[in-house]
Amino acid sequence: MRPETAPPRQQPSATDRLHKNSGWRLFLQTVIARAYPRVVGQQRERSWMFFDVVLPLGSVIAYVCVYKAIGAPDDYVGFVIMGGAMTAFWMNVLWSMSSQLYWEKEQGNLALYIIAPNSMMAILLGMALGGMVATTLRAVAITLLGSLMFQVHYAVASYVQLFTVFILAMTALYGLGMMFASMFLLLSREAWHLSNLAQEPVYLLAGFYFPIRNFPFWVAAASSIIPLTLSLDAMRQLAFPSGAALGFLSVKLEMAILAGLCVIFLVAARLLLTYMEKLAIREGRLTESRR
Amino acid sequence: MNFAIQTRDLGRVYKIRGGKKNEPKELAALSNVNLAVHQGELFGLLGPNGAGKTTLIKVLTTLLAPTSGQAWVAGFDVAKEPHKVRPRINMVSGGEASGYGLLTVRENLWMFAQFYGIPSTEANRRIKQLLEVVGLADRLNTKSSDLSTGLRQKMNIVRGFLTDPDVLFLDEPTLGLDVGASREVRRFIRQWIDADRSRTLLLTTHYMVEAEELCDRVAIVNQGRVLACDTPANLRHHLQQDALFRLETTPLNGLKVGAFRVLPGVRQVTHRPQDGFAVLELILEEDAALAGVVSTMTAANISIINLQKREPTLEDVFVDLVGQSMEEVESHEA
Repeated sequence: MRPETAPPRQQPSATDRLHKNSGWRLFLQTVIARAYPRVVGQQRERSWMFFDVVLPLGSVIAYVCVYKAIGAPDDYVGFVIMGGAMTAFWMNVLWSMSSQLYWEKEQGNLALYIIAPNSMMAILLGMALGGMVATTLRAVAITLLGSLMFQVHYAVASYVQLFTVFILAMTALYGLGMMFASMFLLLSREAWHLSNLAQEPVYLLAGFYFPIRNFPFWVAAASSIIPLTLSLDAMRQLAFPSGAALGFLSVKLEMAILAGLCVIFLVAARLLLTYMEKLAIREGRLTESRR
Repeated sequence: MNFAIQTRDLGRVYKIRGGKKNEPKELAALSNVNLAVHQGELFGLLGPNGAGKTTLIKVLTTLLAPTSGQAWVAGFDVAKEPHKVRPRINMVSGGEASGYGLLTVRENLWMFAQFYGIPSTEANRRIKQLLEVVGLADRLNTKSSDLSTGLRQKMNIVRGFLTDPDVLFLDEPTLGLDVGASREVRRFIRQWIDADRSRTLLLTTHYMVEAEELCDRVAIVNQGRVLACDTPANLRHHLQQDALFRLETTPLNGLKVGAFRVLPGVRQVTHRPQDGFAVLELILEEDAALAGVVSTMTAANISIINLQKREPTLEDVFVDLVGQSMEEVESHEA
């Protein structure tokens, strides 16, 4: 039997037998549920203390030794420690956001996320929030250990501005991660290769271990598309006595640009996700590697 | 009549890279599939690996767009209204490794329940209840990475039933499970559908026993096409007038099964070489046709070890429709 028109709706429905939230409640439930494995996972897999704190600290120590050897100003030690702490966020965005949907596809979770009535943006947001909370712990650990080891002197000009810059940086950075995750939705192992490719150049371009003012203006300006570039510069200006003198742009301008990046990346993530999901469904790439 | 699932001339063509001169090659995974599954039905898709069963499930669960035709689930078009279909469905695949190994069974199930908007208290109550039904209650707080394949699959099954969907898709749900675990899973599936006939279940399998034991109706699928669709009893009934024999013989010594197929009264023959002997399954138009088969064997110096006349099974229906056993189809595909 073939219907000439769509068949009648089925009654009763699942929502009649079992209460299920929808709308913003479902969105919120999804965000919390997807953030949960990241936060809880950190408590259960303690190896992060070595890989995500001790190893980055090794790089930080190496740069501190170089700066001390060449007689760089004392604040450079603080710059390096702050940069080292922020690398944890970059690593998290790169490996646990951008290429995450590839791993989810391999594991079989992506198909289940798609067929559920939740929004994929809520899934991405949950991944971002969970990653942010977990990584903040790592960043704090690196900052505390580094500061204690090298007796770093902070002179915070404005805690409110410092906190605002950090929040803007996280929003823009994880917005960028969500955008990448959407772009990588169609990719197979290429996602892994692209993440590998992006890792090291960003250490350089974002000025993790030195003030970007050392770059020619247009190089620094182009690097500002990476949210960590301006946020690190602004936080250094706000946290260290000589920070303002070594800053690239004024803190207020950098905050304004970061706010713009937040909007751009989040909107782009939303649009790309919708487009890529449709494309992946059309091409049959949601559940299997590229044919 | 309420149909939970309906398809009209449904087709899906994959473009595969690596054809001649690197041009994309086309592979029709589904061709003109017309199905109507009633609300409250436990419907089976039976076919060998690569028949198109999983592709059909992907289309019906909104994971894959059809390239031709239409499909409705719970009355909604899967391609045009996926957001209306999704709250009403769920899916479990055999051998899937979904969830996160660091989370416990309860946490994994709770997480998936949240994606459907089930309030936490209710989700936790249902998780406990369903884990008891499948005999997994004592593993509530075990990390899912510590579960055996069978127990993990039970957890996946619970995940599918947890959201109490209108239409549940089970893709080879007992794949990789031992006999006991498979039986338990089948019993649970049957109980679930019998408890409330407003639910519908579509199950794919390449196990004949599963289809015979569980399904109200079965569609036999091969090479992306539906070859037959009816109750298991009616499908078998078509072969009632035929004579079915199972012969164990000495090895065929190079004699091809084609030599039997050309004999008068022989409809289908399948051959399974075993260790030191051969098994022939014959579908004959009448008992008398067996004489010709025996003569051919005698001439080729093949001895009959055991001969058994038997009732038709769904495997015989498949052989009758396709001309090969599922095993043979799968080995050719491989």
